Amino acid sequence: MSMWKRFSSNIGAMVGVLLLLTVIFIAIFAPLLFSHDPWQMVQRPFLAPFTMQALPLGTDTLGRDVAAQLAYGARVSLLVGLVSTLVALLIGVPLGALAGFYGGYVDEGAMRFTEFFQTIPNFALAIVLVAIFEPTLASITLAIAIVSWPPVARLVRAEVMSVRKREFVDAATLAGLSKPRILVRQVLPNTVSPIIVMASLMVATAILLESSLSFLGLGDPNAMSWGYMIGAARTVIRSSWWLSFFPGIAIVITVLALNLIGEGLNDALNPHLSRKGKA
Amino acid sequence: MSTTLSIEHLTIGLPQGADRPFAVEDVSMSIEKGEILCVVGESGSGKSMTANALMGLLPPGVSVKAGRAMFEARDVLRLPEAEKQALRGASTAMIFQEPMTALNPLMRIGDQIAEVFAAHDRFTQSERREKALALIREVQLPDPEKIIRAYPFQLSGGQRQRAMIAMALALEPKLLIADEPTTALDVTTQAQILKLILDLREKRGMAVMFITHDFGVVAEIADRVIVMREGRVVERGAAAEVLGNPQHEYTKRLLDAIPTGTLPDARQLSATPALEIKGLRKIYRTGGGLFKPVREVRAVDDVSLTVARGEVLGLVGESGSGKSTLGRTAVRLVTPDGGQVLVGGTDLAALSDEDLRKQRHKVQMVFQDPYASLNPRQRIMGAITDGPITRGIPRKEAEARARELLEIVGLGADAASRFPHEFSGGQRQRIGIARALAMDPELIIADEAVSALDVSIQAQVLDLLRELREKLELSILFITHDLRVAAQLCDRIAVMQKGKLVEIGTVHEIFLSPQQDYTRQLLAAVPGADWEQQRTASA
Amino acid sequence: MTALIATLSRVVKAAATLLAIAVLNFFLLHAAPGDPAVVLAGEAGAADEQMIEQLRERFGLDQPFYVQLGKYVGGIVQGDLGYSFRQGAPVIDLIAERLPATLLLTLTAFVISLSCGIALGVAAAARVGKVSDSLLTTLALLFYATPLYWLALMAVLVFSVWLGWLPGFGYETVGSAYSGFARALDILKHLILPALTLGLFFMAVYMRMTRASMLEVSTADFVKTAKAKGLSGPVIRRRHILRNAILPVVTLAGLQAGQLVGGAVLTETVFAWPGIGRLMFESLAARDYNTILGVFLVSAAMVILFNIVTDIVYRIVDPRIGARS
Repeated sequence: MSMWKRFSSNIGAMVGVLLLLTVIFIAIFAPLLFSHDPWQMVQRPFLAPFTMQALPLGTDTLGRDVAAQLAYGARVSLLVGLVSTLVALLIGVPLGALAGFYGGYVDEGAMRFTEFFQTIPNFALAIVLVAIFEPTLASITLAIAIVSWPPVARLVRAEVMSVRKREFVDAATLAGLSKPRILVRQVLPNTVSPIIVMASLMVATAILLESSLSFLGLGDPNAMSWGYMIGAARTVIRSSWWLSFFPGIAIVITVLALNLIGEGLNDALNPHLSRKGKA
Repeated sequence: MSTTLSIEHLTIGLPQGADRPFAVEDVSMSIEKGEILCVVGESGSGKSMTANALMGLLPPGVSVKAGRAMFEARDVLRLPEAEKQALRGASTAMIFQEPMTALNPLMRIGDQIAEVFAAHDRFTQSERREKALALIREVQLPDPEKIIRAYPFQLSGGQRQRAMIAMALALEPKLLIADEPTTALDVTTQAQILKLILDLREKRGMAVMFITHDFGVVAEIADRVIVMREGRVVERGAAAEVLGNPQHEYTKRLLDAIPTGTLPDARQLSATPALEIKGLRKIYRTGGGLFKPVREVRAVDDVSLTVARGEVLGLVGESGSGKSTLGRTAVRLVTPDGGQVLVGGTDLAALSDEDLRKQRHKVQMVFQDPYASLNPRQRIMGAITDGPITRGIPRKEAEARARELLEIVGLGADAASRFPHEFSGGQRQRIGIARALAMDPELIIADEAVSALDVSIQAQVLDLLRELREKLELSILFITHDLRVAAQLCDRIAVMQKGKLVEIGTVHEIFLSPQQDYTRQLLAAVPGADWEQQRTASA
Repeated sequence: MTALIATLSRVVKAAATLLAIAVLNFFLLHAAPGDPAVVLAGEAGAADEQMIEQLRERFGLDQPFYVQLGKYVGGIVQGDLGYSFRQGAPVIDLIAERLPATLLLTLTAFVISLSCGIALGVAAAARVGKVSDSLLTTLALLFYATPLYWLALMAVLVFSVWLGWLPGFGYETVGSAYSGFARALDILKHLILPALTLGLFFMAVYMRMTRASMLEVSTADFVKTAKAKGLSGPVIRRRHILRNAILPVVTLAGLQAGQLVGGAVLTETVFAWPGIGRLMFESLAARDYNTILGVFLVSAAMVILFNIVTDIVYRIVDPRIGARS
């Protein structure tokens, strides 16, 4: 109750929600907003923005509608960001929970594995994975998930370790509950808040990663994406700056919105910072 | 005598949304030169806020609304920040409750002391070092040359508090404010620190404002006493007067709530044991990585004892004595390295994990921290019935029993549908007791079960335990660091030190004719021991 | 003694990590769709039948799996990262030639981002709640949300194309015969934009972390002690809060080193900076897997190097590490 109150009174977070809802709306209704395909040539190439009402953001090197491309690009960004985060959670949460709860060799092994993945430069690994397995939406999503889970595992491990030490876990043990049941029913529910906060920030990072891969030419050739648009316009930046400019703004807005929401959630779910003023 | 500090009609406002508008309301007090004034109260009484206001250390949002505090002919509450800063550490000094966190972990002790001189531009570098050494000697820290170069993590809690005192005394302040400085320490260390403060007052003639919740400590050092409750002064007077002849209801209640040395009458104990511990050993090994040497700590070292059916056995010791490890080993939250834990003929120490789970109900535990012992995301009903239902008791039956138990511990059956955050600390301990009882255990282990509570709440929970002991013929292993509490409830007392059982006997034996030096030391260190004896005699 | 042991176990761990990456590389090569020999040769067009036969023999592709693994990893241990058919040179030589440029870029970006990030974080924390704090945190939030490569492109557009202040392309002026100081100055001019754009994102990260950490430490008990001693605000911030607050930032900097090195691929691509990141980008189009995996391995080694540096810094700041045995 009060969590929602705290969240909704946070101006930054509400701006974030508004921006994100707008992006989601555009992504969902892209086919209704634009009658033509983003790959379709509709006008002469290099049409400057704000010159034709039907094509407010102009056309690209092949005469395609930049505005339509942006709308369809939102679909790829949101989809890849969301799904890869879910997959990363599916890897990181169980691994971190088992390591933190059982300790000993399980922890040692799991943490060595996690550290190894954290040492590998994650963007370089993503490039290698996508390059080797051919760029498709599935391989891109999976590659992003594979490089994103280590912080989740570390966070969940730390949280589980701190919750595990609390006395109600001892009480559950004395009640004769089995270890797996204690982990799932008593410990994990108490780690949900920080996981939610991290997940919302991870979606943002995943969108940045996806756009970076597409920028390097490692995007799915069948899906229009913001990174691809910037990458394709890179060589013509001197003459047609807007081709790189607008997709970049789209990314900044989406990522910023997610970060604002993440921070708002953090403040709302961990209110100890705002509570400090009281005696 | 001259007045060092005089506080007149002090009112401190809390930020909006706090549970009350004022932390402190219309409080007046004065401290004479060379006098120790004890400000006593339970948590939330406003005693610490008063001290922080004097030092200009109020947390953000909290501010002085009215009144003044005259010190050296100036109102310290209204001074400009620069002058307040010049006063702090020079004319007024303060020491705090938590010696573990009150020192900067990354700075050497000597540097932290010398910093006081630097802050007030006194002396040269080398003089500062000499002065720091002298101070370290004065607070009787061992090996001053080494201490001056040590980091806080290399010192014990008592040593850190001495270092804090050295720092506070650096510029010979006229007023020392001590905010619960011994609360986090063991009794024997507490006794030493209290003696140190008394000695220093004698030597330097400074005024001391000593904040505490413990009337035992008051009896030990106070010249005069002020009792505070919910931001107001309820009683004031000379120490002997307030302790011996309290006028206000609240003071009387507080004094009554203090576990006294009054020994309960001995009870006839059953011959059947509820718990038998034989030759129990637990060794903790730390380090032991690829290159690190292994260090061994014998937490429990060959301990044998018995708790009879219907008996309350007190297990007393200071931190690090192994008493908690013994308790946790007895419920097999910790697996021992050797020895037996026999409950109703079953050796819990020898059971496999699966068999153990089925036998868990035989020994239950009541925990120390009321805020950590209940899952914040689980309703009370779930917390109490989880165990019985796992044991195979039908849900309906378990829930009915849970309601009944909540009545018995004095909370009422409708508590079952609520979440832990809706209850106070004392109420949560009652829930913890109900949870333990729900398993029909042969033995309950109470691990510092009342230590985290205010005295008046502590007394209520102890009353409940005493009542349950009679009604349900409970067998309890009562672990505590506080001999006074143990004396109130227990039939027999076992004293532990460094993993070993030092002495075990009836309460009368332990208190009236202790056999071992360590037991005598512990008894002597209890704050206000003499005063309590007088009290007991006159009662 | 403890420092020596710590260093030793660090080195062992680093070697183990690199070995594990070598094994990972081997599996990745074999997981790639198609004949491993053809994959190794890359789509350079130069891969004729005879060359592929040679490769089969060299890597023992007709032998059992573990023999192949042994040969591959053994080669890497001896510094053999394979041969780039596209570029007609051993991968190790290609990387060695390009590595200095990448080290210069990433180290500069790392130092700039860490020092400026911490300084700005301290400044923001000291003015918490004021307009300047809001301005700094908003800017940090914005840079935190900006794609690195896009920021780089926009920097080229504004400072190089439109304003003409700084070169937006390459490592030094092509065809110039600068030497000595003049050459260093020329390289420095070329370095400014890439290093700044690479560093800005991380500067935002470190600034946010420093600010949060400063605010958290400022509520610690020992800060209250420091106030009670009569220390002034700036002294408390510098001597008590900052040193304690900086520890989590250093840890984070170590963890972020991987991202910084990965980010260099994007920066080098935009600025045509002749480093290993650019080499990786060029190899992508050519499907030159040997080079891609070689760069991957070397960049992991760079991350380990960064980690060792932050570890040393941490040890200097925190006396508890090492002394605690």
